[in-house]
Amino acid sequence: MIMNIIETSGLGKRYGGTWALRECTLAIPAGHVAALVGPNGAGKTTLLNLAVGLAEPSAGGITVLGGLPAGSPAALDGIAFVAQDTPLYKNLSAADMLHLTRNLNRRFDQHYAETRLGELGIPLHRKAGKMSGGQQAQLALTLALARRPKLLVLDEPVAMLDPVARHDFMATVLTAMADDGVSVVLSSHVLAELERVADYLILLSRGRVQVAGEVDGLLASHRMLTGPTTEADKYAERPVVHVQRGGAQTHLLVRATADDPVPPSWEAHPVDLEELAMAYLREPGAGALPGPSRGRGTQPSEVTR
Amino acid sequence: MSIGKGDGAQAGGTGASPASAGGGTPGGGPRGPGSRIEFRLDATSGVPTYLQLVHQVEHALRLGYLKRGDQLPKVRDVVASLAINPNTVLKAYRDLEVKGLAAGRPGQGTFIQATLGQVALPELAGLHKSLLGWLTTADSAGLDEDGIVALFTSALRDFYERRGGTGDRRGAASGETEGVA
Repeated sequence: MIMNIIETSGLGKRYGGTWALRECTLAIPAGHVAALVGPNGAGKTTLLNLAVGLAEPSAGGITVLGGLPAGSPAALDGIAFVAQDTPLYKNLSAADMLHLTRNLNRRFDQHYAETRLGELGIPLHRKAGKMSGGQQAQLALTLALARRPKLLVLDEPVAMLDPVARHDFMATVLTAMADDGVSVVLSSHVLAELERVADYLILLSRGRVQVAGEVDGLLASHRMLTGPTTEADKYAERPVVHVQRGGAQTHLLVRATADDPVPPSWEAHPVDLEELAMAYLREPGAGALPGPSRGRGTQPSEVTR
Repeated sequence: MSIGKGDGAQAGGTGASPASAGGGTPGGGPRGPGSRIEFRLDATSGVPTYLQLVHQVEHALRLGYLKRGDQLPKVRDVVASLAINPNTVLKAYRDLEVKGLAAGRPGQGTFIQATLGQVALPELAGLHKSLLGWLTTADSAGLDEDGIVALFTSALRDFYERRGGTGDRRGAASGETEGVA
């Protein structure tokens, strides 16, 4: 019942002498929008490419859709992938792209694809190269969803889109999730918009998993403490993730719940997803891999600084 | 619930939303037939998305925009118009169910089951009118919007403190169940 849509164990990928991803152990449950966040070069695209079978692991293993080897025919059948630059053949019309995709896949819902493009106002005869960025992204997404995947993988799907196109694109993705229960894994560095979209967060940094868990759980287990700078160093009861020091006042992002005691003369506030992600991204040494549901002994479960 | 952004943040969110439920309500072109309210999101409020949805339903209930038997917008329609995670909408609706305000009907959707309005609509209209009168006085006395809100909030707190009640916990469970029954 609780299927892992992607599961990795000690996964690593080396290009030449450089590890793009290493010691990656993850279990992303189905039914979520999982956001893969991290700076450029953190290994996001590498992890996604491994999941969809476009790359082979150099170390460890990766399975998808509840235990299928990534890249196996059964796995490919249930996964749709939209790559970073929403690649389309610029000289082909929308109709040609539908035709091509239908013939390259075992399953393709022509009716869904045509209806969807109609709703979006994208004429079937228009060549991909003549479409706006938003239309191209929607066409690529429509081709992916018409394969009726169980898992939709999106690499930086909205990075190049304007705010309206971004909203419409995500609305299409999330409606597919509501209608068909598609699980979504997407990479992004647009942190501000993740809060509405993602309910599972994976932070990657320098090729390693820094944070992984359900957003609700992560937010509930972190607090922002604000207090006098003179006392900032004394505070050591809870693990401190990030320190923002001012002349008089200091903000500490700590791992603590609403029930944990607040030191005298300090104030505790809840954090939002963006603050949480930013704090960890600024402290690549810190990590939070709560995952109480997973019993792997190799994961550090406390913050280290 | 465990997320709770703290009472301060919640009160701020509720206070900031009066325009919301009123805006999209009467014939404002709801998507699904039967959905009487349209949700909106305030990205800057700091209130978690699901709580914003809960607050807007409660707000609409208090002001009589939603009544027993009304259908809440379908999850899919909320997702499509706001581009938010379906699990967030489900969480909000589950929260409303736990509070006894709404109930899911399999295959149909989520429906309002109880009201929060302790006061009948005509009376509400009367109170609204007298408040407008007071606002006019405050305005001509030179108070700006922030000043009015600050004054009103502090008077409200005084009022409930004097009564010994729990004034700043509007919509706390006890008050709701009273209204429900």
